[in-house]
Amino acid sequence: MVTERSALSRLFNGLNVVVLILTMLLCLLPVWYTLSISLSDKAAAAAGTVFLWPKGFTFDSYRTIVNDSQFLRSFFISVQRVAYGSAISFFAILLMSYPLSKTSKEFRPRNIIMWLLIFVMLFNGGLVPWYLTMKSLGMINSIWGLVLGGGLPVFNVILVMNYIRNMPKELEESALIDGAGPWRILFSILLPLAMPVLATVLVFTIVYHWNEFFQGLVLMNKADHYPLQSYIRQVAVVIDPTKMDEESVKRMSNLSNQTLNAAKIFISMLPLLVIYPFLQKYFVKGITLGSVKG
Amino acid sequence: MLNKGFNRHYYLMLLPGLIWLFFYNLLPMYGILTAFKEFNPGLGILKSPWVGLENFQYMFELDDSKLIFRNTILIAFSKMVGNLLVPLAFALMLNEVKHKLFTRTVQTAVYLPHFLSWVIVAGMMLDIFSYNGPVNSLLEVLGVQPMMFFTNERLFPALLVGSDVWKEFGFNAIIFFSALTSINPEMYEAAAIDGASQWKRLTKITIPSILPVAVLLATLSLGNILNAGFDQIFNLYNPSVYSTGDIIDTWVYRAGLIDMQYGLATAVGLLKSVVGFVLITVSYSLAYRFANYRIF
Repeated sequence: MVTERSALSRLFNGLNVVVLILTMLLCLLPVWYTLSISLSDKAAAAAGTVFLWPKGFTFDSYRTIVNDSQFLRSFFISVQRVAYGSAISFFAILLMSYPLSKTSKEFRPRNIIMWLLIFVMLFNGGLVPWYLTMKSLGMINSIWGLVLGGGLPVFNVILVMNYIRNMPKELEESALIDGAGPWRILFSILLPLAMPVLATVLVFTIVYHWNEFFQGLVLMNKADHYPLQSYIRQVAVVIDPTKMDEESVKRMSNLSNQTLNAAKIFISMLPLLVIYPFLQKYFVKGITLGSVKG
Repeated sequence: MLNKGFNRHYYLMLLPGLIWLFFYNLLPMYGILTAFKEFNPGLGILKSPWVGLENFQYMFELDDSKLIFRNTILIAFSKMVGNLLVPLAFALMLNEVKHKLFTRTVQTAVYLPHFLSWVIVAGMMLDIFSYNGPVNSLLEVLGVQPMMFFTNERLFPALLVGSDVWKEFGFNAIIFFSALTSINPEMYEAAAIDGASQWKRLTKITIPSILPVAVLLATLSLGNILNAGFDQIFNLYNPSVYSTGDIIDTWVYRAGLIDMQYGLATAVGLLKSVVGFVLITVSYSLAYRFANYRIF
């Protein structure tokens, strides 16, 4: 009886591992396939013969990209956006979350401001009012439209605030007794201790700014000002409905820059692929920090 | 109280965030007035003439509106179910494997798609599901005729739900992983001593322990029934699949920013925002009442 059960158990565990490995491959293969297309010869890619290994191995696509000034410009705009966006968010979030971590007895307007934040997080005016406002604020063709246009990242403020709130009160009290002021308390005591949650929030912010494409598309009139994702969408994603019957699709795919587009797609996810393994522990923590009970 | 004079410092700390909030979150709300006006760009929002509820009336007369509300709810609901059940099943399966390096490797791989933008994923999908792409080659081997995935209105919703689950299931499983690690290991030890099989331990300990988390997540996700995923659909759809793939958000984008029907687009967007707000509030208060869940 014991052996029968363990045999069944072993069968189940074996199958389980196989399914899990297949699941893992399913997540990685599209990225791998894109890489091998980008390293393939144009004709081989268009013929649909490339699968998991490049055919007619060549760096041509990457060589073309290095000389593509539009691609490089968009790449630089994205880098700039990530730098400004994450720096500004980081400080706005840090500064806000400290006073909001006080009780409403210690800081009277705390609850009103909290409700305002929650309201803003759950309700928005919609796309058109947002666009008209951006226009009247002069955000068209401006990098600041991309940096600030998404609005205050309320959810991240709440994450950091919850974290600071759950720190032992004694930390702050003993600093107060030693004569520290609010800025000193925030920067010398709370900031280092809140580093785990701040890192999480920073990761979310960086990924958000790197990936965001829609504001770039709507706020920028000229493709010259596009951040990378908006540019990629323009060249590799937009489907022209007039070319959608089967015959012309076949014709199109022979002419299109399939390998070049694959290379562009791959380069634009490369920064994330490189830093991603190092970020893992932060966002896993952030997700579980998300809700605070009690 | 030692921190008596601190209030003005607190205000100063709040200032940058509140300025940001005012200009980029609150100011757009005043543009909601556009929904009740016949918007004239030359006159601006304030001076454009009032038309009362005309935009809303027009919205209900449009054939499109029924379609986009139906598509939105259908797609969002299917995603909700998929994004709850697949991560749950995945987390339970991975939980049965005790090899640390293996589980860590699988986790790292499945979290990855979450961090790719929909532009990137759409770009890869267009290639993989193209007429002479790998998926069709595979189908050909199996004896199935090649298909045009992106212009087939019957396949399109399935493509949306499938790719969304593919992208998010790993990330959505994180919350289940953390719930699974918080199960007291002594329960498993006691069950093993009593002779409970692996299957019994799964169905009698593991599943009941994380069921509350699953119910909580399901409740919270109800608030998103009108969010069918703009970023995804915007990058994947085209006019030949509007009948099954066009949702409120994509329609508002076209009506507002492409066709310049500002009043109408604002009205539709406003209706969505209000209904969405009510739904989220209800789902959060349910979660609060029954699971003591709070966001702050």
